[in-house]
Parts: sequence; structure tokens; C-alpha cells
Amino acid sequence: MSQSETPTEPGVHQQSEPHGHGDTHGHGSRRGYRIGTLLSIVLTVIPFWLVMSGVLQNPGLTAVLIFAMAFIQIVVHVVCFLHLDTRSEGGWTLLAFLFTAVIVFLTIGGSIWVMYHLNTNMMPMPDNMVGRMR
Amino acid sequence: MSDHAQDTAEKAVTWHLAEEEDHDHGGSGATILGFWIYLMSDALIFASLFAMFGVVSTSYAGGPVPREIFDLKLVALNTAFLLASSITFGQAMPHMERGQVGPTRLWLAITGLLGAAFIAVELYEFSHLIAEGAGPQRSAFLSAFFTLVGTHGAHVTVGLIWITVMLLQLGRHGLSQPMKRRLICLSMFWHFLDIIWIGVFTFVYLFGVLR
Repeated sequence: MSQSETPTEPGVHQQSEPHGHGDTHGHGSRRGYRIGTLLSIVLTVIPFWLVMSGVLQNPGLTAVLIFAMAFIQIVVHVVCFLHLDTRSEGGWTLLAFLFTAVIVFLTIGGSIWVMYHLNTNMMPMPDNMVGRMR
Repeated sequence: MSDHAQDTAEKAVTWHLAEEEDHDHGGSGATILGFWIYLMSDALIFASLFAMFGVVSTSYAGGPVPREIFDLKLVALNTAFLLASSITFGQAMPHMERGQVGPTRLWLAITGLLGAAFIAVELYEFSHLIAEGAGPQRSAFLSAFFTLVGTHGAHVTVGLIWITVMLLQLGRHGLSQPMKRRLICLSMFWHFLDIIWIGVFTFVYLFGVLR
């Protein structure tokens, strides 16, 4: 936002827009909310069913599926329940969310990746060395 | 003195500019954005706890493994409680926007009860685990488990206190503008906790039992 822009009086500005903040945030269309509710229930029931019944008999595939569904469910909750969109607060909530998502991904993914390879690449410690360390 | 006045004036101007893009709210929008930033920072706390759990999730130290100690039926029940509470909170919000105090309080109270049920089941699970000798000091896996799930539980407990305060304040103040703002923040907080729980039940419980 440029400095040269002359701010109008806040009072006038507010009056020009009839709805208060509650409308912009609590809103989310009723329809979007119902879709979100339905999707979140389905996306919760399926992973529990997959794991508890063990229908797939392939733990690897089951794991991929439950993580995929968790990811989708998180997006559904953020969009339908937290009403994240490109417009609210001038896009700042979206920007903050995307930044956080990157950091969360790096923190969790990076830590597990690094520590997993550290564990596998670590040479097994010979007994005599363990003895010397004592 | 005049410096101070000028400062304040400048702040007011900046304030307005920051809000201008969005057109509607005076002040309350900044609260919502600020609360959003808080939620994002809270997400980073949980990210580090998830990372820690991920790193030590197979360090059993000869102790119990997830398959032996996690009761998925109990977790499913708990997940249902928390998801239902998120949905009932969503029922309260349209009533709040229309200024109907009664229904808002009713849905909020139902949300609180479901949240309390969630905490009760979680405490039962924790006490059961500790009684079985699978307490936080048993292995790195269990330490990380109790830290992650316990931190989430502590957040939900704070949310319950907040809901109680809101119920009392709704009785006293009705649905004033500040009350609406507080309820919007609370709803964001509550939905956020449900989102964290998606990560917990997938990563900790379901994936734990799988491997």
C-alpha cells in the first residue's frame, strides 16, 4: 500500500459498508458448511474402518490412504470451518496459513527424514568401543 | 506530549490503511487476524511435537508397542466427540450472527459437553495406560505420545474454560459486538483443535497400530 494514498475517515468508511465483521467471518455459506460436515465425517470414518477392519491387508497402501485422507480432511476443515479464502483480511490469513504450512511441512518431514537416515547410516558401535566409553 | 499525540494519530492512520483492503470492520478485523496469527504459531508448536513424536515413534525401549496399548474403539469414540463438537459449534454461529442469544448458548453448551466428554475419555485412556505400566517414563515413544496428546488435551481444556466463560458472559451481556468477536475467536480456536486432532488420530493412533 503506497504512502501517498490519503486515508479517508474511518467512521465514514465503516458506514459505507453495512455488514460488520461478524458477517464476514462467521458466514461461510450454509451450503459450504454442510458439505464440509459431510466430507469430514466420511473422511474420518473411512480411515478408521480401513485400519480397524484391515480390509486391504497391505499396511503400506493403507498408510498412504489414511495420510492422504487426513490431508484432504485438514484442507476441508480449513476451508469449510475456518473459512479460509483469498479475500478475508485482505489475503493476510491465507498468506500466514501458507507460510505456516511450509514450516510445518519442513519441520515434520525434515526431522523425520534426517533422523531416519541418521539411524540407518549410523555404523553399529563395536563392543570394545562401548567398553571404552564406560 | 504533542509528540505522543502525533504518534497516536499516525498509528490510527496505519491501522486504517491496513484494514482498508477489506472494507468492513473497525478494529475487530485486526483482532481476528491477530488471533489467526496466534493459531498459526500454535500450529508450529504442534508441528515440533509431531516431529519429535515422528522421530522417536519406534523407540520402544523394550516396552509396549502401539498395537498392544492403543484401543482404536476408544479413539474412534473420542474422535466422534471432538468432530461432533466442531459441527455443533458451527450450528451456534448462524444464530450468533442473527443475534439470537438463546440458541447460541444452547449450541455452545452442547459443544462444551461434547468437549468435556472428549477430555473424560482421554483422561480415562491416560490413567489406563499409566496403570498398565505404559506411562510417559516407560520409553521415548510413550514420552512423546503423552507430550503430544497431552498438549492437545490441555488446549481442549482451555477451550472448555473459555466456553464456560462465554456462556456466563452471554447471560450477562447478550450478543454485543465484543461478545461476537470473542465467539468468532473461540470458534476458530475450537475448529483449529479439531484440525490438530486429525493429525493425532492419523499419525499417532491409526499409523501406530498399522506398523
